Amino acid sequence: MAVGKKDISCPPYVKGREIKAEDIKEGKVTYWEHHPDIRYSFTAGQAISRFLKGLKEGKLLATKCDHCGRIMFPPRMFCELCFRPVDEWCEVKDTGVVETFSVSYIDPDAKPLEEPVIVAVISVDGASPKMGFMHILGEVDPDDVYIGMKVKAVWKSESEREGSVTDIKYWKPLEG
Amino acid sequence: MLMEIERIKGLNFHKKQDVAIVGAGITTFKRRLNETGKELSYYAVKQALEEAGLGIEDIEMVVMGSAPDAFDGLHMKGEYLLDGSGGSDRPYMRVFVGGGTGVFAPIAGYWHVASGLADVCLVVCEEKMSSCHPHPQSAFKYIWDPILDRPLQPNLIWIFALEMRRYMHVNNIKHEDIALVSVKNKANALDHPAAQLAERITVEDVLNSEPMALPVRRLDVSPPSDGASALIMVAPHIARQLTDDPVWVAGVGWALDTTWWTNRDLYFPRYVAEAARMAYKMAHITEPRKEIDVAEPYDPFDYKELHHMEGLGLARKGEAPILTREGVTARDGDLPTCPSGGLLGVGNPIAATMGVKVAELYWQLAYRAGKRQVAKEVTRGVAQAWGDLMQVGTVVVLSNKR
Repeated sequence: MAVGKKDISCPPYVKGREIKAEDIKEGKVTYWEHHPDIRYSFTAGQAISRFLKGLKEGKLLATKCDHCGRIMFPPRMFCELCFRPVDEWCEVKDTGVVETFSVSYIDPDAKPLEEPVIVAVISVDGASPKMGFMHILGEVDPDDVYIGMKVKAVWKSESEREGSVTDIKYWKPLEG
Repeated sequence: MLMEIERIKGLNFHKKQDVAIVGAGITTFKRRLNETGKELSYYAVKQALEEAGLGIEDIEMVVMGSAPDAFDGLHMKGEYLLDGSGGSDRPYMRVFVGGGTGVFAPIAGYWHVASGLADVCLVVCEEKMSSCHPHPQSAFKYIWDPILDRPLQPNLIWIFALEMRRYMHVNNIKHEDIALVSVKNKANALDHPAAQLAERITVEDVLNSEPMALPVRRLDVSPPSDGASALIMVAPHIARQLTDDPVWVAGVGWALDTTWWTNRDLYFPRYVAEAARMAYKMAHITEPRKEIDVAEPYDPFDYKELHHMEGLGLARKGEAPILTREGVTARDGDLPTCPSGGLLGVGNPIAATMGVKVAELYWQLAYRAGKRQVAKEVTRGVAQAWGDLMQVGTVVVLSNKR
């Protein structure tokens, strides 16, 4: 049924009717609500299970690939670059350097937070360069944080630790 | 390794036939539209068919691009959208690489035609983010690693904020220079009939807008939207019957970087550079800054346009803000960038942004962009998208010369 291309400036028109939040509140549009309740239990896997166990003991564990020589953090069971199993486990330090950071005023649902959270990518001492992971900074004013700042993990007490990334409460500036 | 494999793809690429774009369609982009995803897809497809001068019976195969099912609250969204996309009773597939989908879907359309499997392929992209209530941000919670990230209560904006800060730090860039992108794109969008957030704002407006996850503020970010878009890709002998001036797909490229995103230096998008290398090689482009006339890099955040221009080789590292400040990327500049108004101005219905990236490039190169038409003469352009955990680069090079 091809009739040949029309010589029109595009888009010649746009369709779609906008509705506002008020339209829904006032019942001006028809809609249907559903609140699904789906629950998940995630297996931590071989590498992260051991990593979480390390956290419970107050240790940061990494894995090493003898082929590329990288000490990888967070640890993994296989080196994704060499595509072979890792060769050994090792402990890295609970100090590191801020690679980048953000001062967040929103929670996971984009609702405002009363007190901002400082989130950072921290590359951990003892792992290969740029082997960062994401965590929270504390005991520091947002204005005083800078890229390159040395930080140290502040752990929960042994009895409070449960094998979670939150076993580290936050990272604080390392003085001196 | 048993054999030497060409690391940069695209050099030894053999295709059955060239691929032309002959029509495109787009719906309005709004925070919330009354239409369902199927209805939006139908509108976009009808418009593309109308421009191409084709009927749905002329379409041989259909590619659908749509991002996370969690927004719509509907799994197997591809199948749900099938009827509105004209996909029933013919080969149909859905592709998805997060935010990169809007340029990945036309890449998949290109495979269909370049391989010779289809002579006429329809590409449709749809997103209905407003179904996720009260805010689509809640669906983004589930992209994070469930064990390493989610206990920290992250928001999606965090990854952008962390990347933006790193980019600013390494290249010594001020927020003022980045805000100029938001100012430019929102003003460009005033000429786009689909636009959601077209307005004249100033750098001060951006810098004083509500803090979200600093350095990211409200006006640094594109809005969530509902919308759909469509493209029609055809073989040369079909294009010849329809029009004297089709726009050709000169190259396509895509690449993903590791999911261990905290192990990468975020200041430079390696994945975009890799994807661009592939597309440029296919398009025989060696100096993108000189050979590309118009660009539609992905701009969900203002710094992202700059970041991606550098990944695409349209600027040296750290140079994109300078080009922006000097007006080079304005619609009447030497390298017009996001003349559509981009995601920042027109809106960000994730996959459907194909309508302001690849479709806009098509309209620009066909000299059909109306009020948005760039001032300079154009032959070649590049469109790009990005997505997932800052790891996907998808690139398409179009040309109005075969």
